[in-house]
Amino acid sequence: MPELLRPERPVGIVGYGAYVPRYRLPAKEIARIWTQGRGGLPIEEKAVPGLDEDTITISIEAARNALARAGIDAELLRAVWVGSESHPYAVKPSSTIVAEALGATPFTQAGDWEFACKAGTEAMVAAFGLIGSGMADYALAIGADTAQGRPGDALEYTAAAGGAAFIIGPAEESLAVLLGTLSYVTDTPDFWRRAQQPYPEHGMRFTGEPAYFQHIGSAARAFLEATNTTPQDYTYAIFHQPNAKFPQRIAKQLGFTPEQIAPGLVVPTVGNTYSGSAILGLTATLDVAKPGDRILVVSFGSGAGSDAMAFEVTDLIEERRALAPATQDYIRRRTEIDYATYVRWRGKLVLK
Amino acid sequence: MDDIVITGIGFTPVGEHWEVSLRELATDAALKAMQESGGLRPQAVYVANQYAPVLSRQANVGVLVADFIGLHDVEAATVEAGGASGMMALRAAYLAVASGEADVALALGVEKSTDRVGPDVETALSVVLDADYEAEHGLTPAAQAALLMQRYIHEYNAERAAFAAFPVLAHRNAVGNPAAMFRRAIKESTYHRATMLSDPLNLFDAAPLADGAAAVLVARRSVLPPEMPQPLVRIAGFGIANDTLALHDRDDPLDFAAVRSSVESACKRANCSLEEVDFFELYDAFSIYVPLILEAAGFAPRGEGWKMGQDGSLELDGKLPILTMGGLKARGNPGGATGLYQVAEAVMQLRGQAGDNQIPNARRALVQSLSGPASLAATTILEPAP
Amino acid sequence: MDISRHWRNRKQRYRLVGEVCPHCGAKLFPPRDVCPHCGMEAKTVETLVGTGTVYAFTTVRQAPSDFAEQSPYVVALISLDDGPMLTAQLTDLGDVEPYVGMRVEMVTRKLRNADDERGLIIYGYKFRPVLERALA
Repeated sequence: MPELLRPERPVGIVGYGAYVPRYRLPAKEIARIWTQGRGGLPIEEKAVPGLDEDTITISIEAARNALARAGIDAELLRAVWVGSESHPYAVKPSSTIVAEALGATPFTQAGDWEFACKAGTEAMVAAFGLIGSGMADYALAIGADTAQGRPGDALEYTAAAGGAAFIIGPAEESLAVLLGTLSYVTDTPDFWRRAQQPYPEHGMRFTGEPAYFQHIGSAARAFLEATNTTPQDYTYAIFHQPNAKFPQRIAKQLGFTPEQIAPGLVVPTVGNTYSGSAILGLTATLDVAKPGDRILVVSFGSGAGSDAMAFEVTDLIEERRALAPATQDYIRRRTEIDYATYVRWRGKLVLK
Repeated sequence: MDDIVITGIGFTPVGEHWEVSLRELATDAALKAMQESGGLRPQAVYVANQYAPVLSRQANVGVLVADFIGLHDVEAATVEAGGASGMMALRAAYLAVASGEADVALALGVEKSTDRVGPDVETALSVVLDADYEAEHGLTPAAQAALLMQRYIHEYNAERAAFAAFPVLAHRNAVGNPAAMFRRAIKESTYHRATMLSDPLNLFDAAPLADGAAAVLVARRSVLPPEMPQPLVRIAGFGIANDTLALHDRDDPLDFAAVRSSVESACKRANCSLEEVDFFELYDAFSIYVPLILEAAGFAPRGEGWKMGQDGSLELDGKLPILTMGGLKARGNPGGATGLYQVAEAVMQLRGQAGDNQIPNARRALVQSLSGPASLAATTILEPAP
Repeated sequence: MDISRHWRNRKQRYRLVGEVCPHCGAKLFPPRDVCPHCGMEAKTVETLVGTGTVYAFTTVRQAPSDFAEQSPYVVALISLDDGPMLTAQLTDLGDVEPYVGMRVEMVTRKLRNADDERGLIIYGYKFRPVLERALA
């Protein structure tokens, strides 16, 4: 049985923040263009970034919200880590721009992470280690994306934009204390994008059982075993949400109820925010959680792997929750756009 | 002190001169001014230009122009102060002859704006703004004027439709100006149908950038022969004042403070009052500038300048004629040359040579150029030399 | 390529780092080192709060080439709660009509692509309608 990853020094989430862009593209609008409106739809609508938004701007706002909740000076951050598969520059860190915008420079680590949809939780696990070792007191881990799907492809219905940020710090200052974490990784080519290609390729039905379900299921089961817990020990659970169906099915398979995953299931109205996907579910859940609640999060990144982690909410949640906008505040703020506007904004029109 | 007088003027028609270059435009204007002055040759040449470095890839325009009008071994330099460049070139020429460093000096303005077309021109126009804090945020001069216009309407309950009066007046006056870019009157309904540039500012609220060159030759009166080909016009006073470059740095953006202080000091130098001014060549780069200028100069109370467009007082036969030859709106706005067109037109009025647009008994002209929203206001008062 | 001009201004652009006059207390943005209110030297760094009110706004329909891909867009004069006024774009308007007096808050966004798709991405402040929050 794999041993749980748990730091010597207890750590947790000192502050968290979400961001979802204002614009929404309904799935039926995509279907209108590509299938004459026929066939099932994986979600209701997805969040589309404005012309002036990208992974960096999304990260900045989510991180500012996390800082506001943490109530710490940005200069105290000793790491600014941005996980994404849509870093605006191929070469040049997103994280230095984010760190500068927060006021965390210059004495900080800064780095960009990439692991399909789980780059954000990957950065969180690293932050647990950095703080848990006693090397530093605060680290910022972000997962954000402005995901792209090829026009007409199944992914186009769900590939969305958004992100979440977490300031990891000492347990005694945390609004949610880390109970432990565990990762499950194999070489499984369910989804990829080669260099200089604008759109990813995916294994269609291969992305299901051998990829999503195998990795999340294995990570979750190993985590429950290692912690000697059952689904009933958790108030809430969040599983990576590439569409509305998968997270509900895996929850059921693992023995979680619809009520346990309800607050974190944001995919129907936000879409798959890739590196932001599971952790946007976490911010939405923290927005409603009470002291003593336990929350299980299992991310999934194609290629493939899952990070399982669990937290116990502390009394500090009550005073920090209202210090920044809630995830649902962003979800409620909504302006619908049509496919033509989407095509222009997402750079799918050849202008020069 | 010796009078500083304007001995000659020269200018090209304003418009799109696709076939004519920067240097040819300048030469044409300069030779006319020198010819009107009985062949006087300047010892100093100040050339106003705003956009040649970005639109024509040509800096050092002062030297280029002096060279191509056949003047060598003279002082030559470019003068740039945004839209007030032309007036500041006249100021430089004035100072050169007033100080005795030169007997005769040439102020010349030239702009060749059709060397580029399309969005590149908007980019070029934006160089007059604060590059880091205005232009980098997508502001353009027209957008800046639109901000003023919207706030003006908001604060004073001015009628949006009333702004039609200024371009309509400009176009009517341009009919009588053979050098004007648009020699046709427009109806108010035409104004209201115009394309929106930057809400609420439409195409007819903005003066068109154009090609043109204007030259003014100045001298100390004592160095001139007793008989000159043209009646002399005296520069009675200058008043020049700056404000913040960026509009956002002002405590009260609707107050063109530099206009007020430059008019006050020009009047003081010329020893006259506003009531003694017979007409006002003002800088109508945007229609909203007109009421803001009239108010700051002291011709209208705060918030009521727009009403002067409604009651006929700005017409050629009104109590304060403005834009007598079409203004920037209808004569056209040839950037660095504009201020010298304004001066040349005032000179024609004072000489009695304004043709159909002649203001009877024009004895004193107030002429003012602005850079941007009165970031610099350069004002002069001209009178027929006694 | 103009790199240093943007790099030099990153603190102002990304997070409204201005100045406060140590003599009269006026907040200054953009930073200008000499206080326009009292004329004294003012180099004390101060980050502004980032909330304000729309003083005036306009929709730019003839954009300079640097902004052509964003056209039309809204530029405004914003009276900051800290005192200074600045020029910035309004963003995230969606179907919201801006108005004089609208409350806005600062966000950091892409201002434009410098040069072309190969050039630098310029980030900086914009303002958006204050986000409505269920808890506040």
